[in-house]
Amino acid sequence: MGESPHRSANAGTGGTNVTESREWPAGASARVAEAPVSTRTPEGPGLGGGGALPRARAFGAERAFRGLTLAAGTAVLVVIAAIAVFLVAKALPALRANTENFWTFEGWFPNDPEPKFGIGALAFGTVLSSVIALLLAVPVALGIALYLSHYAPRRVGTTLGFLIDLLAAVPSVVFGLWGRDYFSGPVADLSAWLNRYFGWIPLFGGDGPFGASILLGALVLAIMVLPIITSLSREVFLQTPTANEEAALALGATRWEMIRTAVLPYGRPGIVAAVMLGLGRALGETIALALTLGITFGISVNLIENGGNTIAANIANAFGEANDTGRGALIASGLVLFAITLIVNITARAIIHRRREFTESAA
Amino acid sequence: MKLQRHGTLACLALTATLALSACGSDNNEPASGATASGSAAAADCATGTLNAQGSSAQKNAMAEWIKAYQQKCQGTTINYEPSGSGAGIQAFIAGTADFAGSDSALKEEEQPQANAKCVGGQAINLPMVIGPVAVAYNLNGVQNLQLKPVTLAKIFAGKITKWDDAAIKADNPGVNLPGTTIQTVHRSDSSGTTDNFTDFLSKTAEAEWTFGKAKEWKAPGGTGAKGSDGVASRVKGADGTIGYMEWSFAENAGLGIAKIGNGAGEFAELTAESAGKTIAGAEVVGQGDDLKMKIDYNTKEAGAYPIVLVTYEIVCSKGLAADKLPLVKGFLGYAASTEGQAELTELGYAPLPETVRTKVETAVKNIA
Repeated sequence: MGESPHRSANAGTGGTNVTESREWPAGASARVAEAPVSTRTPEGPGLGGGGALPRARAFGAERAFRGLTLAAGTAVLVVIAAIAVFLVAKALPALRANTENFWTFEGWFPNDPEPKFGIGALAFGTVLSSVIALLLAVPVALGIALYLSHYAPRRVGTTLGFLIDLLAAVPSVVFGLWGRDYFSGPVADLSAWLNRYFGWIPLFGGDGPFGASILLGALVLAIMVLPIITSLSREVFLQTPTANEEAALALGATRWEMIRTAVLPYGRPGIVAAVMLGLGRALGETIALALTLGITFGISVNLIENGGNTIAANIANAFGEANDTGRGALIASGLVLFAITLIVNITARAIIHRRREFTESAA
Repeated sequence: MKLQRHGTLACLALTATLALSACGSDNNEPASGATASGSAAAADCATGTLNAQGSSAQKNAMAEWIKAYQQKCQGTTINYEPSGSGAGIQAFIAGTADFAGSDSALKEEEQPQANAKCVGGQAINLPMVIGPVAVAYNLNGVQNLQLKPVTLAKIFAGKITKWDDAAIKADNPGVNLPGTTIQTVHRSDSSGTTDNFTDFLSKTAEAEWTFGKAKEWKAPGGTGAKGSDGVASRVKGADGTIGYMEWSFAENAGLGIAKIGNGAGEFAELTAESAGKTIAGAEVVGQGDDLKMKIDYNTKEAGAYPIVLVTYEIVCSKGLAADKLPLVKGFLGYAASTEGQAELTELGYAPLPETVRTKVETAVKNIA
């Protein structure tokens, strides 16, 4: 606890094998740990004395552990930097060899003698399918989470929650095969119906064939992100302070009003975080979309006609037979996906940060 | 947490037990089988481990050969990873694969890189598996569909959109064709099957097929599906669809397979024999033991089914590591033997015609 035993331990065990890290923890601890500690030591020297005898070894372990965590933290950065350098180095030659505009060309033929490939349609499809998946999944997921946390009898809630978590453990290829072989039929029928009655909306236009569409991909994705969003937001809802809930009820609120006024505002940052995690999974989903989408290279908002493509699905499709330029092009597309994910994550953090201040001041 | 850990352990244990017992039964059968038939003479046994990878089109053939060879020869391990032809050739060049399976022979720019791995020799292409490409369709009430290459090209190029189009009617006299819209299905992943199919179209219907040949599908329209199983599933799933796929997948899905017009002006049904005829008429363009082939898609051979895919094994003619050499020769020799080729028919491949097979067998014997 005190500064002085710390120092003495340092001097006494000068031969600790984490010598390299000795410089670091001192600096790091000054920022994190010692700031509150050092203010405390002058006030209570008795406290520090209590820990005098066994502390020497304890601090040796402290130091070693600090060194270990630091090494782990640094390793992550080194690995990320190395990956980034590798990816950029591999992608650049391919991008230079590209004879079309990387951002606008609709097609992916990097293995040709004159490589042509463009990310536009893929990035659009990635975002479109993920956004639609979230639009479909979030209301359902929040409904399930609220039911489990506030309506269901305890036993039912536990069982249902368990089942939903189980859904998260199903491999995505299973979802993909199910979507391709069984779900595409009903979706094709639904699409034909939407096309007949709502064909005047561009989303549901076109004249077929229907089935292997963005709609099918998004529905399968929605089922896949459902468990993530559900279990996270259920946890958040369960943490609503009982005082807030009881206060609302005491003021005469019905259960729905209580949820609206106490639970939802309190859980909003958690919901946003849950949705963003779901979006992360949807953006990166590979094999389920490679199996369900009709794979075309074009930017279209039509949801029900066969087609659609995403960056990850394209990587899965094109990797096996790619030559050097082909692999470089795929790596470049991976970098774009990385950038999209990064933007999404930063936005999410910003939203959570802002919302937290808002809810804290409100509460 | 603890519960989960126990669960994982239990799963591991279970998997291990299953895997072990599976291996056990696999190994027991062969020993007796080999002695009973006394067919060990057919295979030159060697011990050790071979790692190969490449074409997924020959995945099933490889699996069958590996199983049979390992049954005959105790103490051998052969791994074949169907990672794709491109990846297989890359692995061969990088030295991580002892031989590579490929849907196309080594390209000119790949040849020197591959040769560098073969000290004192060169990398040679050995045709080993013939995979016919089936044009399968799902059209209510229509059986025995016949299509000329030109019609096929028009369908896949999107120039014919209805099943009762005059061109299809002309190919199928007397058949009552419905007015259903045609839905074409193609491979969404890059593949040797697409490469060969588009090659076939560009050679036999130059005027109608303007998209060249490539491993990626370049024609507009149509629906993509991943893998031959994906194409088969999509064709099976909707009326009025047509797609191309490896033969075995069309058979397994119970789809109708179209008869394709050949250079002799007749419509050929897809059988192991009719596909073999096209290969028998193919020209060997490689030098020496390199058996790179050039298929004549316009073959005039009577009864020949023209859309076939030849997959090769790419292997060093010389310069193999001493511990790998006997195993490579033994395994490929078994694959090229009459026995090895005979196993293919049930798997949806066509056996190599005898003229080609003997050449391959000799080439394998010459590996040193």
